[in-house]
Parts: sequence; C-alpha cells; structure tokens
Amino acid sequence: MPPKRKNDAVIRVEDVGMDVDAVDSGSEDEARRRTKNRRNKPQRKVKRVSDDEEDEEDEDEAPRKRGRKKKAKPRDSDEDDEEDSRSVKSKSSKASRRKAAKEESDEESEKEQKTRKKRGKGVSKLEKEEQNKEKKGKGKDGTKNKGGEKDKKKKNGKLSSSSGSESDEDSMSEGEMAALKEEVEEKKKVIATLRNQPWRMKKRLVVLKEAQEFVEKFEGALGKGKGRKLYAYKVMMTKKLIKFKRDFENFKTACIPWERKIKEVESHFGSSVASYFIFLRWMYGLNLVLFGFMFGLVILPEILMGLPYGSIPRKTVPREEQETAMDYSVLFDFGGYCKYSFLFYGYYNNEPTIGVLKFRLPLSYLLVGVGIFGYSLMVVIRTMARNANEGGDGGEEGDFTFSWKMFTSWDYLIGNPETADNKYASITTSFKESIVDEQENQKDENIHLRRFLRVLANFLIVSCLGGSGYLIYFVVKRSQEFANMKKDNLSWFEKNEVEFVMSLLGLVCPPLFETIAELEDYHPRIALKWQLGRIFALFLGNLYTFLFALFDEVTAKLESEKVIKNSTEWVLNQYYSNYSSFYNTTDVPPPAVHPSDVIRGPCWETGVGIEFVKLIVSDIQVTYLTILIGDFVRAVIVRFLNYCWCWDLEAGFPSYGEFDISGNVLGLIFNQGMIWMGAFYAPGLVGLNVLRLLSSMYYQCWAVMCCNVPHERVFKASRSNNFYMGLLLLVLFLSLLPVVYTIMTLSPSFDCGPFSGQEKMYDVIMETIEKDLPAFIGNLFSYATNPGLILPAVLLMVLALYYLNAVSKAYQQANTDLKKKMQMARDEEKNRRNNKDSTNQVMKDLEDLLPNKSLIPPPTEEEPPPPDVVIEKGSKSPKMKPGAAAKGVNLQKDVSLAAPNPRAPVTRAPGPRKGPPGNARGPQPGPGRGRGRGGPPRH
Amino acid sequence: MGNKQTIFTDEQLDAYQDCTFFTRKEILRLHGRYHELAPHLVPMDYTNDPDCKLPLALIVNMPELKENPFRNRIVESFSEDGMGNLSFNEFVDMFSVLSETASRELKAIYAFKIYDFNVDNYLCKEDLEKTLNRLTKEELTPEEVELVCQKSIEEADLDGDNKLSFADFENMITRAPDFLSTFHIRI
Repeated sequence: MPPKRKNDAVIRVEDVGMDVDAVDSGSEDEARRRTKNRRNKPQRKVKRVSDDEEDEEDEDEAPRKRGRKKKAKPRDSDEDDEEDSRSVKSKSSKASRRKAAKEESDEESEKEQKTRKKRGKGVSKLEKEEQNKEKKGKGKDGTKNKGGEKDKKKKNGKLSSSSGSESDEDSMSEGEMAALKEEVEEKKKVIATLRNQPWRMKKRLVVLKEAQEFVEKFEGALGKGKGRKLYAYKVMMTKKLIKFKRDFENFKTACIPWERKIKEVESHFGSSVASYFIFLRWMYGLNLVLFGFMFGLVILPEILMGLPYGSIPRKTVPREEQETAMDYSVLFDFGGYCKYSFLFYGYYNNEPTIGVLKFRLPLSYLLVGVGIFGYSLMVVIRTMARNANEGGDGGEEGDFTFSWKMFTSWDYLIGNPETADNKYASITTSFKESIVDEQENQKDENIHLRRFLRVLANFLIVSCLGGSGYLIYFVVKRSQEFANMKKDNLSWFEKNEVEFVMSLLGLVCPPLFETIAELEDYHPRIALKWQLGRIFALFLGNLYTFLFALFDEVTAKLESEKVIKNSTEWVLNQYYSNYSSFYNTTDVPPPAVHPSDVIRGPCWETGVGIEFVKLIVSDIQVTYLTILIGDFVRAVIVRFLNYCWCWDLEAGFPSYGEFDISGNVLGLIFNQGMIWMGAFYAPGLVGLNVLRLLSSMYYQCWAVMCCNVPHERVFKASRSNNFYMGLLLLVLFLSLLPVVYTIMTLSPSFDCGPFSGQEKMYDVIMETIEKDLPAFIGNLFSYATNPGLILPAVLLMVLALYYLNAVSKAYQQANTDLKKKMQMARDEEKNRRNNKDSTNQVMKDLEDLLPNKSLIPPPTEEEPPPPDVVIEKGSKSPKMKPGAAAKGVNLQKDVSLAAPNPRAPVTRAPGPRKGPPGNARGPQPGPGRGRGRGGPPRH
Repeated sequence: MGNKQTIFTDEQLDAYQDCTFFTRKEILRLHGRYHELAPHLVPMDYTNDPDCKLPLALIVNMPELKENPFRNRIVESFSEDGMGNLSFNEFVDMFSVLSETASRELKAIYAFKIYDFNVDNYLCKEDLEKTLNRLTKEELTPEEVELVCQKSIEEADLDGDNKLSFADFENMITRAPDFLSTFHIRI
C-alpha cells in the first residue's frame, strides 16, 4: 500500500493542488471519528450516513443539485446572516482587512477559500460582476439591488466575493472558478467515498468513470494557490503519521507473546482457564520490568564497576567453607559460592560511589528496592482502574449477549481446520456458558434450604481454617522448642515438621474446601471466588507463620552479630594500638589478613534472602511435580490402564484432572508476594522468577492441553478479572509491610551489604541529601519532615479522600440512573411497537398512579415518566436532532482543521430537518439504509 | 511487476484502487488467486473486460473460505445472480468488503446479507437457527438452539415483529466489540 499511495499523492499534489488528497484524508478522518462516536450515538451516525448516500446520489445528476442546495439553505441561513454582517464590516474597513488577510496564516486562508468555494457553488457570472463592483468599493446596498438572482444566491455570491477577495484577490473569474472547484470537489468526494458504498462493483466502476472524466476535464482549469503546497505537505504528513501509528499498533500487538497458545487453551477450556494464562502473562510482563530495574540499576553496575570477587571479605567465601563451597548439595541450598555472589544482599559493597561514573550504588539499591514496590503498586492499581472502566463500559453487554455471540463469534480469519475445530468447540462452549447463566437466573428453588446449607458450609470452612491455623501455630511452637535442642537428636521429620505440615495443609485443604463448597450450590463463577477467598486465607496464614519464624531467626542473628562486631572492633583496636606503639607512628596500614580469614558476622539480610530463594525454589519443585504426577501420570494411567481395569477409569473415579484455576492463581499471587518480599534481600530473585514464569507458561500450557479435561460446567471468567488484581494488591500490601519494617527499624549488618556501617538503611538518603545536594534542598526536607507540616498534609489527604469518595458515589448513582433510563427507553420502544401495554413493572405502577396524581400540581417523582413516553413517541427525534446536528457541525469544524473541505458535510448534516421527523430512532435509519443498500445497486 | 502490467491497464488498476480498499499489488495478487482457481477459464488478460464467472464450488474451496461455516452464504451474497457465480469484479468486491480497512457500515450491510439465509431482508428465526447450527456444528440440543434464538431475537428486536430487520441488526452489531476484528478475511 504505502509506496503506491505515496506516488499517487505526490502526483495529485502536483497536478491538482492538494484537493484530492485532502478530501481523501478528510473523509478518512471523518470515518475514523464516526467509528469512535459510533458506540455512543449510533443513531445519529446512521442518519448522517444515509444522508450522505442520498447526497452523493444527487450529486451524480447536475439538475438535482440545485434542489439540494435549496434544502440546505435554511440551515445555512443563520450562518449566512452572521457572515453577512461580517461582510458589511469588511467592506467598511476593507483596506485594513486586506492587510490582515495577507497576514493570515496559510492554513487560514485555505479555510477561507473553502468557505468561498462552498458559498460560490453554482454561482453565475453575475457574481463576478458583483465582486468586481465590490472591489471598486461600492456599498452593500448597491450590490443587493444589482443582484438579478434569488436572494440566497446573492448572499452566497457576496460572501464568496468578499471572502474571495481576501484570500486571493488577483484571481479573475472567482465565481466560475469556485463553482467549478466545488463540483470537482464533489466528484472527488464521490471518488474518495466510492469504496464505502454498498454497490456492485460494476456500478462503482461506472460512477467512478463518470466522476473521473469530469474531474479530468475540469481540474486543469484550476489554478494553484500559495499555501497549498505546504498544506498538501501537512496533509501528507498527517496521513503518514496515522499510518505509522497504525503500523506501530500492529507491531505492538504482534509483540504480545503467547497469543496463539492462549487462544488454543481458550478454545478448549473456555475463557476462565485462559484468564489464568492471561494473568500469568501479565505477571511475566511485570516481572520483566522489575527485573530490568534490578538488573540495570543494581546488579550490572556492581558486576561491571564494583570490586571483583575475592577482593574484600564480603565477596569471598570464608576459609572454613571453601572446601565444600563448590559441592552440588551446598550450591543447591544456595550456600558456598552462591551465597557470596551478586544474587544476594551481602555481596554489595558500601562504597558511596563506584566506577568512573560515580554511580551511587547504595542509594540506587535502596531506591530500586523501594521503587519495585512503587512500580508494582502503580501498575496493579492502573490495571485495576482500567478493568473497572471496561467493566463499566460493558454494562450494556448484557443487552446483546446472545446476538453478539451469534453474529460476531466466528472469526473469519480462521483458515486452519484444526483451529476451526477449536473455534467450533469454543463457540459451543460459550453458548453453553451463556445458557447456564441464563438458567441460573431463572432458577427458583427452596431458598431456606439453600441458605441453611450455605451457612453450614461457611461454618465448616471457618472451622477448617481455624484448625489449620492452630495446627501451624502448634507446629511452629514445637519447632522453636526443637531449635533449642541439639540438632543430632532430631529425626528428619522433626527437623522439617513446619514445612511438611504446611505443604500438607496446602494439599489437603483446597480440595476439602471445594467439596464443602458443593453444598452451597453457587454459580461456578461465584463459587470460584469463594474458593479463591478461602484458599487465600489459608495461604496467608502459612505465609505469615513463615515470616514470624524468620523474624525470630533475624533477631537471633542480630544478637550474635553484636557480639561478633564488638569482638572484631576490639581486635582491630588492639591491632592499631599495638601497631602505633610498636612503630611509633599514627599512619597505620590496615591489617594484612586474607579476606577469607576475616572474622565476619552472620549477615542476616543474606540469610533472609536465602530463605526466600529456597522457598521459591521448593515451591517451583512442588508445583511442577504436582503437575507431573497429579496430572500427567494420572492421565497416562487413566488412559492406558483403562483397557485392563475393572471399571471405567475415564468416566469413573480417577478420571482426568481438571485445571485448578483458583489454586493456580493463588499460587501465582503468593509466589509474587514472596518475590516482592525477597527481592530486597536477594536481587537475583527477580531474575529467577522471570525464568520460572517463562517456563511455567510453556509447561502449564502443555500440561493443560495434554492431560486435563475441561470443567464439566464450563463457565466464563468475569470479564474484568479485578478479583485477581484485588488479591494481588492485598498481597502486595502484606509483603510491603515486613520489608518496610525491616528497612525502617532494623539496623543493617556491619560488614556486608550496601548499607554496612550505617545505623539505619535509609541513612543513605539522608547522607546524599546532606552531602551531595545543595543546602536549600536539605532545608526543604527538614521543613517537609516537620510534624507541623505533615499533620495538615495528612488531614488534607483524608479530606480529599472523603471528597473523592463522595463524588465517586454520586457518579455511581448517576450511572445506575442512566442505565435504568436506557433500559426503560428500550422497553418503551419495544412496547410502543408492539402496541401493547407496558411490561415494565415500574412503568405500569406509575401509569396506574397517574390519574390520581394528575389532580395534584405536577409533583417531582411521578410526573417524569409519562412525559418521557410522549417524548419518545413523538418528539424524541426532534429533541435529539439539534444536538446531533450541532455535533455534526462541530465534527466538521474539526475536520476542517485537517482537510480543506470543511463545509461540504455541513450542507448535508441537517438530515433531521429535511425529512419528516422520524417516528423513532430505530426505523429512521432503516429506510434510508434500505435504499442505500437495496435500491442503487439494482439500477 | 513489469510483465504483470498486461493483466490490467493502468486505468483499470487505478479504478480498482479507487473502488476497493486494495492496493495495486493486492489487486494483482487477487487476480492471481482468481486465476489460480480455474486457470483454463480465467484469462490472464483483463484489459478488455472479459465476461467470465466462476461457480461457487470453486470459490468456496479457497483456503481462506474453506473453514468458514458461512462460506456459501458469503459467496452468494456477493454474486449478482445470487447463485454464487462470481465475476472478477465481484470477487474483488467480496474481499474488499472483508478487508481490514473496510468501514463498519459496509461490513454490517454485507454481514446482514450473509446471515439472511432465505434472502427476505429479515433475519427470522429460521435464519438464526441455521446460523447457530453452523456455528456450533449442531452440537447444541434443539431446546438450547430454541432458547438461544429466542433470546437473540428478544435482545436485538426493537420493533417486536419477532424477526430482525436491518435496523435492528445494525443497532446491535455496531455495538459489538469484536465485530470489526472478526468479520475480516486476510487474503
């Protein structure tokens, strides 16, 4: 497309000026705008389109054009008047105006010209005379008397001459030119919109030929204006820009990975399973960005510019560990060389700046650590807001569920038999989903029994949760007791009791909950949410137990660190005093100890990081093994043992596994929570997670396609998966808490990590502010942290929160009101067509109330609906039309900025006034459309 | 491209470009495809507008249409005689309407024609049933089909005549979020 079009455009620009192009782009713009507006005002648009069609038909035949003009006149008249007065003014101060006109920008003169063209359409030579006279300086009255034609034409002529004289005064035959140009314009418009006509190709070709001949015949007569080339250039650039944007969009969508994989899953398992994979993909994107931050701002600078391995104690494996440091079992537990690598907090040096770039690594480390939370928070909330918007937009969705499915679900692009089969399957599935939904609405059963069952189920589940909570608490207590005992006396089970119990609970509880949830008999979609909530509570318990255990460990390590710190300081002091007294000098060199022999503290941050990494790794193992055994092996057994088994394995007990959406989603969410928590202490964790998500995408896609069966009751995921996002947000907050707590309260280790030697981690920021920024910023900070300032700020925020909350409630109210209104309008329309009584209960009630109420002076509540009905019956369209027309005018104004054809559509916009007031919005476009579609093609 | 020029004159190509949403190259490619369908029937030289039509059976075997449950209806809607015989003009027309850049109005008109199986300018229950059965390969039970058709008509029918006129259809389809993206064949 591009090269050819470009040539075309250039040629046209040179031959004709920009007209063709401009018209083209103008209509393109218009079309685009229409598509944009379409959803909101389909009716208006349709009307306009049908008008378009009529007009264009008219334009084919010259004689009818006059008639069209006259039709258009009344609407133009007020504009005419306006311009009339303007022209009077212009005449009185002609000289000055001319000057001004000359100074006008090219674009404006172009617009001016357009106006003239419009006005001058079909104007005769007489107008030329008039114009000449005006040029000589005759008064307005004179011209008016001279006018031999109708009033309106004169007006037009005058206008054309007055404005024309402003734009290019040296042209001689203005009127003729204008008329001609106008016609050429029209023809070109026909050519430009031809492809949008629902005609047979034959007719199109004929019309095209006629129009082209006309254009060819006359366009040579048209001259070239001054600013036209520039304008043509602009038009071309906008076109190119639009094209570039579209290409970019295409590129962007092409870059979204796994689209086909997900489609495939979707076609087999329905949108709910696909929603998990979409969530997984989203998570992958998020983690990729986080990894980018971590890697680019922390890991890479340290590797490139920091000291190499082995140069300082924190970057060296201690002597006593060196023998086993390369053992697989040690590395697998992230000890040995792994522990003293860039994967963990302890490796990073505390030098304020590193390398030639003076990169502030400690500051960057802290900011990235906190920034990860900030970014995640922002992204999650933004996604939630967008989803909420979509949900609001889809409020109308319910109106056309089945018809949309019926008419838009087949993807015409499908050309592959396998995909087509999938598509058939997915369409059938989606219809079944909708039918289930529909039947769900109609179901009416013993409500008391169901209530009782639901209460019972909730009671059971709460007691389950309580039991598991107590079990974990009990186990953790016991493990603390065990920790005080000697390690050798403990059995394997006693050592790993906590992990064992936790994973056992994680395995047993979800299916238990699911079984209990059967009692409740919710719609699967709602049941899924309940299930998610319950497993969430369970996981949360597990996570926080783990965290408390970790905190105990950290405090223990902090104590031992204090001791070590004191002793090393004491050793160091002793060395210094010995050295100075021995050599009698104050210039003491640092002790010559090999970095691997230096006594060092436990470095609790690295310990925490290792715990998290281990947890993630074991989580990956468990998940993958569960899939392998629980799904794959089971599927294999069911599939092949079925030949020699006493009952039907496929239909009977084990059967194939179903994809566990709730468990997988929650697993993903909690995994992410641990990443967020652990990333600060183990920068490599994010990279690990990226790998995990990547592999799990392929692995799970494979697993679900190969060994799972769709749910028996296939259901559709709610369109906005804000529920997942909400859970994610909650987990984000919960994981934010411990990290911020440690950053703010615990003091960093004295001999490892970027903050060593500081009292608190955030001292890095204070230091930077004090030392490296201008003084006044430090002052600003000290003011900003003043309680006197913070307190009002908090107050203000609370007030703002309150206000916004109130506003949002009001909007919600308005939204529901509008929806109700629309529903009413629809019902009313239907009923009116049916000539039946209103089926809407509310309306019925109101109508019943009406006679009595009518005695009372019009009240506020009851009156509106009946007038509404009247309005809808008779005067709805007139009422709507002015707005529509105004919109049309505005629209055209906008277009005129882009294309030098601003007025043309204006003459057509007044469709509403032209025809008889349509009886309703529905049928009006119908006939027009019908004619456009059915009539023309046949002749 | 040099020797392909003989298929169409430049004017013809320009005319096609003005009448369709295709570029020169695409039109030539379309001709290639058209020619491929019946090499002995379709002339390579189109400069003098030869009168040549291909039957439906040939056209629905194109890979683009082969899997489409509505392939016969598509071809029939675009053929002038309603029997599915397509001249090259109509062939180009068909893919132009189904191209990515065609406007929503245009697509809606032809979509209506396609789903109107009995060509009475209304989508009645019968049409919907046929549509549904083609979409699902008749895997729904008759009751389900009945329910879905009933629901669809209820949703979209504004004038209460138990069938969908074009106005009803357009009103419904213009709001559909993925109509434009699905009613689209890439050639």
